[in-house]
Amino acid sequence: MTRTLTERPVKRFTLRAGGWSYLLPLRAAVVTCALVVVTLAVGVVSLGSGDYPLSPAQVIAALTGDGGTAGQFVVMRLRLPRLLVALGVGAALAVGGAVLQTLTRNALGSPDIIGLDRGAATGALLGILVLGGGSAAIAGSAVVGGALALVAVYLLAFRGGLRGARFVLVGVCVAAMLGAVNAYLITRADLWSANQAATWLVGSVAGSRWGHVAAIWIACGVLLPVLAAMSSRLRLLEMGDEVAVGLGVRAERARLAALACASALTCVAIATAGPILFVALTAPQLARRLTGVAGPPIWASAAMGALLMVVSDLAAQRLFGQAQLPTGVVTGAIGGGYLLWMLGRRRTA
Amino acid sequence: MTSLTVRKGRTAHARNLTLALAVLAAVCAASVALGSAELSPSALIDALLRREGAEGVTAIWELRVPRTLVGLGVGAALGLAGAIMQSLTRNPLADPGILGVNAGAATGVALAFAVFGLTDLRGSVWFAFAGAAAATVLVYTLGSRGYGGATPIRLALVGTAADAALLSIVWAVLLLDSDTLHRYRFWSVGSLAAVDSATLGQIWMFLVAGAVFALALGPALNALALGEDAARALGVHVGRARLLAVAAVTLLCGAATAAVGPIFFLGLAVPHIVRALIGPDQRWLLPYSMVIAPSLLLACDVLGRIIVRPAELEVGIITAFAGAPVLIALLRGRKRVGEL
Repeated sequence: MTRTLTERPVKRFTLRAGGWSYLLPLRAAVVTCALVVVTLAVGVVSLGSGDYPLSPAQVIAALTGDGGTAGQFVVMRLRLPRLLVALGVGAALAVGGAVLQTLTRNALGSPDIIGLDRGAATGALLGILVLGGGSAAIAGSAVVGGALALVAVYLLAFRGGLRGARFVLVGVCVAAMLGAVNAYLITRADLWSANQAATWLVGSVAGSRWGHVAAIWIACGVLLPVLAAMSSRLRLLEMGDEVAVGLGVRAERARLAALACASALTCVAIATAGPILFVALTAPQLARRLTGVAGPPIWASAAMGALLMVVSDLAAQRLFGQAQLPTGVVTGAIGGGYLLWMLGRRRTA
Repeated sequence: MTSLTVRKGRTAHARNLTLALAVLAAVCAASVALGSAELSPSALIDALLRREGAEGVTAIWELRVPRTLVGLGVGAALGLAGAIMQSLTRNPLADPGILGVNAGAATGVALAFAVFGLTDLRGSVWFAFAGAAAATVLVYTLGSRGYGGATPIRLALVGTAADAALLSIVWAVLLLDSDTLHRYRFWSVGSLAAVDSATLGQIWMFLVAGAVFALALGPALNALALGEDAARALGVHVGRARLLAVAAVTLLCGAATAAVGPIFFLGLAVPHIVRALIGPDQRWLLPYSMVIAPSLLLACDVLGRIIVRPAELEVGIITAFAGAPVLIALLRGRKRVGEL
């Protein structure tokens, strides 16, 4: 696949401290900061809106601990966990997608293409239909399903090393088989279970508790820095194994490590909120276009994914009146729509 | 791979294609002969020859023959469309759905069920086709607006983005209305069970027109595989070739999906299988895909009718289950994968 190259050289700042230095791409840093600020602003609005409306000042007061008991309860017990889960899940999915797109060197190489999402969905469907649909059963079987699917793809595609194209294509095959299993399970289920399954398959952060927050934020806190540290090696891998090995990267090991981290991140996110659609695919593409840097834009993708999730969740809660839609319905509409608009506006892809 | 292809002359290709056609004929015969109503060979021939009065005439002429013909048309269409899409986008992951065809058709069907109160799968053909056509036009228009026209990466990305946006609409409709979900889930599996001769009458013109466009494109796609500049230097009108290819895919895949629902895997897998067998020459890839895809589809359909008799498994499920291992085995056997 061709990659977009920036026409102008990227402006960078060199940060130095003692014997350590880091080239900071200016535009990427500014874009990431802007995304974080917008995300936080939307987050405050989201905390304040609902059946018990609060002004931004009241929200901030409640967050800092002096907002009165009612406001405190609504914000801290009901709305904050949901917001934090949305932030974490968005960031995790986006980074997982960014890494996988880089590893497969294909803009379409997101976790749902290579079978991870489908495996998790198969697990969750079995959890709903066989184990009775408790939320712990669904989450557990989703993680097991996703991990098994990925291991299967890895083993089937491994042939003295892992090449991007074979990996992706084998992943597509496994995803197709699992998709067939899922469709079969849904047509054979009773309508109530089918409804529950459909809701799970779209993904939602409604009903999040502090336990969910802990799970997703611990995963993000551990794995995001690891992947960010790996991003320079990933950028070299993107140029092809020969070049990367020539430049001193242990290609197979770096790839396996990145794959494992990205998949773990994605699995935890799916177990927490279901396979929120299209965040993993669209957020890295948007981040890449906004930052204009080569290689996987880890932090910008994380910020973009978090923003996408928070905006989508706000829209999902408020747009349709009484009918609360799952968050995943809106991520596709907003992410897909924004990507379409962006592609339509720019002269180069 | 290349040297092998060069050595294989036209005669070898002609022989192989004849062989593939013979396999297809055998599969068609099996599709007419086998089913939930068991008929002895003599009764079968009776029913086929004397169209009146014999045992099983209805089963054969009302159900199995139209079903086989639709399977033939749909399979050929999906194989062709897949081969064209992979060449056009120069992406081995591209399947016909990437232009938004499946998502468009799904949106059409979901809206038909939810808004227009349709209750029967049979009436959904026109909605599906309209949705598919609208989605493709949207994707192609947006994808070709920038510099250099509809480049492969732009088409793929715009297609995926449109997919995302449209499927969100579908899910929103389904989750707000469980009756629609109930009908839609059976459409979304992809099945030949609900087709009859009326379906064939609705789609055959589109399939023929699409196939004519597609087969005429072979040489131009060969040149496009070398890159745009090379293709232009070889005298190919790049923009026109792309437009024709998109038109062909819309007609073929839109009509096929409208008739039987989305059958995801066939259009992706068959071109890869064919390329592993004969090499990357588009002039041969297209006819081979057109013959092998319906064989696979009909074989899977027959299998689905037999294994859980008297119930049946939808062909979309079997296609993925039978096709995926074949493709995985082929991929493992090759040193280099994905070059088109």
